[in-house]
Amino acid sequence: MTDEEHLRILEEKAAELRRLAQENGLDLSAELAILEQKIAELKRTVCEGLSAWGRVQLARRPDRPSGLSFAQALCDAFYELRGDRAISDDPALRGGVAKLAGKRIAILFHQRGMTPEEQRQARFGMASAQGYWKAKRIMEIAARLKLPLLTLINTPGAYPGVQAEAHNIAGAIACCIWQMLRHPGPTVAVILGEGGSGGAVALAAADRVLMLENATYSVISPEGAASILWKDAKFAPQAAENLKLTARDLWALGVVDEVIPEPPGGAHTDLQKTVAAVREAVIHHFSELSRLSLDELLRLRYNRYRHVGSAGAPN
Amino acid sequence: MPIRRDKRDRYVEVEVGVPPEPLWVRCEACGELVFRRKLQENQYICPRCGAYFFLSARERIASLADPDSFQEFSTPSICEDPLGFSDQLPYKERVHRARQETGLFEAVLAGSARIGGIPVILAAMDFRFIGGSMGVGVGEILRTAMELAAQERKPFVLVVSSGGARVQEGVLSLLQMVKVVAAREALAQAAVPYIAILTYPSTGGVLASIGSIADVTIAEEGALIGFAGPRVIEQTTGERLPPGFQTAKFAQEHGMVDAVVPRAKLREELLRALSVLVEGG
Repeated sequence: MTDEEHLRILEEKAAELRRLAQENGLDLSAELAILEQKIAELKRTVCEGLSAWGRVQLARRPDRPSGLSFAQALCDAFYELRGDRAISDDPALRGGVAKLAGKRIAILFHQRGMTPEEQRQARFGMASAQGYWKAKRIMEIAARLKLPLLTLINTPGAYPGVQAEAHNIAGAIACCIWQMLRHPGPTVAVILGEGGSGGAVALAAADRVLMLENATYSVISPEGAASILWKDAKFAPQAAENLKLTARDLWALGVVDEVIPEPPGGAHTDLQKTVAAVREAVIHHFSELSRLSLDELLRLRYNRYRHVGSAGAPN
Repeated sequence: MPIRRDKRDRYVEVEVGVPPEPLWVRCEACGELVFRRKLQENQYICPRCGAYFFLSARERIASLADPDSFQEFSTPSICEDPLGFSDQLPYKERVHRARQETGLFEAVLAGSARIGGIPVILAAMDFRFIGGSMGVGVGEILRTAMELAAQERKPFVLVVSSGGARVQEGVLSLLQMVKVVAAREALAQAAVPYIAILTYPSTGGVLASIGSIADVTIAEEGALIGFAGPRVIEQTTGERLPPGFQTAKFAQEHGMVDAVVPRAKLREELLRALSVLVEGG
């Protein structure tokens, strides 16, 4: 029996005990406490022992909290801005102005959609050209108003479609990277789920890049890498391993500044706890960055990206 | 040096192998056997059907720079194979082979040059080197070239021929997109013009970074310009691609490039833009 199966059986038993206790008015709290402790331990081992491919699955869970639920739970207030002022409004990449711990910020996030209808419209978080043109617009507003910028990333990648090409999706992504690099204020990016390729990096050229424990960040999906390099998609688990796409691998590579722990079992098991951890980390990094002068901030940001991968470079 | 377009004006995938320099080359667009010398004289355009063969970085630079003006930069010190990556072949082995086949250190060749007497920093990508993909090496060469251009106040000219980010270097390749945009900002800070020339192919992470944010963007006839490759679009969305999709003409019709010119006119076009952009040029 795998740990996952064992965990499922224990959870069923706990539910049964709770039902019995309620229906018959029995006090089974001692038994339940033991069982729950066992469940928590097992969840921890399941998560710690997860392969890269296992984390890819966890990061893609449809019940993983959405960008919008994070944005709403993180911020005291959120005023959404819609539309790219040229073509349309993309529901897969959203944002606006918000208050975080009483301070004004601008926020951008991918939205994969929680209902089937939402998911269809948002193409499971694959933002199109309009999404990235809107993101650029919101970044420019943030620059004008001198607001710190927070981005929450969770996308399989930018949308590869005929209309996306016609509206210059590549140019929109390039402009987002450029605008983030020039941003006259602190920028923090958090990868919540999938950090897929160009669609992710468009929002990730930040002063600080944080990742949830089970999030992934990659140049290509493991399936894509497997079909290009192995000519066979069934090598995806192997590709996931070799691409070094987990939060811990990327932290070790110096690409990510902090790995934010998730509750045992994953972010979807406890939104409140996950949000609290993300909130604390984001506030901490913003407050560190706010102590730097603008010149210092830009100098450090350029140096961070100028030297990625150079031999002997400070990572 | 395989041909890249089929008869219906769509692009075909061809394995890139060692160019063994045979006397005759078959044009995969029209099937004609072309004498290699004749092809060379015709700037690698099929004399029968006009299809474009791609140019190597050295051929490209020779076609744009004033004779004997190109001075190659020294190779950067980089972290080779940062992930210790291996698929069907260890990545180190792939790089080794690409170096042997192309005689290049990486998928881009950069140096100082003159174009019509105007001093520039010139870089050309080479599709034969792992699909012209951008990893740490390409990122470093481009960054150094742009920073030098900013410092010496010489216009930067980049010829794109790249499938995108290099898969085998993982996220580090993705972050080269940020690196080259950061260096492009250095050009902007120094008010130095940047001209991009998009050729076959200009796709993926290279188009979604340095390829799309030049001051002047010129497309070569026969270019493929797009974020996602045609096959990815068809497979992911099930959409049928309209005729002429992602061609230079498509890019021009959708406002992405300033001019589309045939290969034979590229140097002239570049010189015309440069002489207006450069003070006293």
